[in-house]
Amino acid sequence: MHLKKLQLYNFKNFGEINLELHPKINFFVGNNGVGKTNLMDAIYYLSFCKSFHNSFENNNIKHNEDFFAIHGTYDDINSQDNVLISCSLRSGSRKIFKFNKKEYQRLADHIGLIPLVIISPYDADLINLGSEFRRRYFDSVISQFDKLYLDDLVNYNRVLQQRNVLLKTMFEQHRFDGESLKIWDFQMSELGQRINQRRIKFLGNLKPIFQEYYNFLTNGKEKVEIEYESQANDKNYFEELIRNHEKDKFAQYSTFGVHKDDYIFKMNDFPIKRYGSQGQQKSFLIALKLAQFSHTQNISKTKPLLLLDDIFDKLDENRVLQIIALAGDGKLGQVFISDTHLDRIESLFAKLELSYSCFDIKNGNIIQLV
Amino acid sequence: MDNLSSKLLENAVMEFNRLQGVGKRSALRMVLNILNFSESEKESFIEAFRALKDDIHYCKICNNISDNEICPICANPKRNHAIICVVQDIRDIIAIENTRQFNGIYHVLGGIISPIDGIGPDDLNMYSLFEKAKAGVLEEIILALPTTIEGDTTNYFIYKNIEDCDLKITTIARGISIGDELEYADEVTLGRSLKDRIDFEQITVRS
Ligand SMILES: [Zn+2]
Repeated sequence: MHLKKLQLYNFKNFGEINLELHPKINFFVGNNGVGKTNLMDAIYYLSFCKSFHNSFENNNIKHNEDFFAIHGTYDDINSQDNVLISCSLRSGSRKIFKFNKKEYQRLADHIGLIPLVIISPYDADLINLGSEFRRRYFDSVISQFDKLYLDDLVNYNRVLQQRNVLLKTMFEQHRFDGESLKIWDFQMSELGQRINQRRIKFLGNLKPIFQEYYNFLTNGKEKVEIEYESQANDKNYFEELIRNHEKDKFAQYSTFGVHKDDYIFKMNDFPIKRYGSQGQQKSFLIALKLAQFSHTQNISKTKPLLLLDDIFDKLDENRVLQIIALAGDGKLGQVFISDTHLDRIESLFAKLELSYSCFDIKNGNIIQLV
Repeated sequence: MDNLSSKLLENAVMEFNRLQGVGKRSALRMVLNILNFSESEKESFIEAFRALKDDIHYCKICNNISDNEICPICANPKRNHAIICVVQDIRDIIAIENTRQFNGIYHVLGGIISPIDGIGPDDLNMYSLFEKAKAGVLEEIILALPTTIEGDTTNYFIYKNIEDCDLKITTIARGISIGDELEYADEVTLGRSLKDRIDFEQITVRS
């Protein structure tokens, strides 16, 4: 599957743009702030029905215009060629998403059709920020192809919200009633246990692929590990909930459960956040994202689009070469790479002898160089 | 809309504005509409609401809205009084009656357990149901609450309180997808799910 043609109208800083894309490797070159990331975002948008940067929808419309539209023409979507995916938004109206000119009833029906993985500097958040970012990342990867898991998550959060309100109310009214709490524990343990099991299974599948990619990128210098940390591991969930009633009573919220889960990123048995160099952290995250790529490929039976947004800074040239070599080996599908340095790209490709397209981006204009 | 020419008009508009889903603009339109009624039309309009206030009953047996102390369903000797279907409110009764698949009687809870909405078991018509169950004359209680997290929790609460009673506790089959309210389920689906009801125990792994 690949994106053959991309047309933009008033998307972010672009006016009218028409691009014919290379089926394998596409480079977007330009200085910071000229819109490379916005171009990547347009491709992301067509897969996930929203901006990667999650901004207010109307902010995606070019300044002083009243609508934006993105049209992508794809080949080989479920063996169908020339599939046209369109998205448009008129200021103040709802967003319209179309498959071959027919509007989707629900956006959820589209997600998963054009699998895509993005690697960007924002991935560093997964190491640097709190556990909810890691949970959200893994949850989004699992739930993209597992609607039952998504249902469980939505329901779990609802139970959690109800249970927390109940704890707070009981605290305010100075009457603690364990039996009232217990009727929520029943569902919470059912859902929590299933979520716990699914997370264990997912990470179990992902980890060997992740470690393999890390070794590939770094020639096996360090041992890396992702540990799934959960209070629920190997516990009787229901009994633990009951056992924590007393603690919950004083905390006024639910202290036990999968909403407290974390994923610990380790290198040579130590947290990579504190003990890994910037380069090691970067390789760690790239390996994780490439593992996500493999996982997505296994389930969707097609190679996802891969966006490498500005990730070559602070990464030594050998690692960069290795990533691009993956594309040359046919391990990757269609790849989009953005970078600030044209010379860096030209010298890379001189070494690899791959065919590619290169686009120069300047202030909302795009010129095809190669 | 603070500059209405009449205080009386404004009061009436405010009353309509209290209704769910009625904004000030629609409220004004309704009130002006009523003002244009003939005298006798106005009288009957007002009388309907006075009667609603003074004469409405909640059935002593099932808690359904009724003109008499006992509603027509509970008063009907041809219905099977040993089978009780537990529902959230009158809208569910209307939906189930439309299927013509059910010949038992009802028990109206008046809501479901939801701490977020400030509703606990004590705010619902819950304990009279437990008494009916404990009296020993019932054959079956069918739980027909919404298939939401809150509906499931309410089911579970009821189940825990009557599981020792000598009667069957069932729930309507989940042909209705998650989150659908009974009221919106189509008649065929709802009718079938009533026929295919399953033992509640089967879906609760833990006892
Ligand atoms: Zn009645």
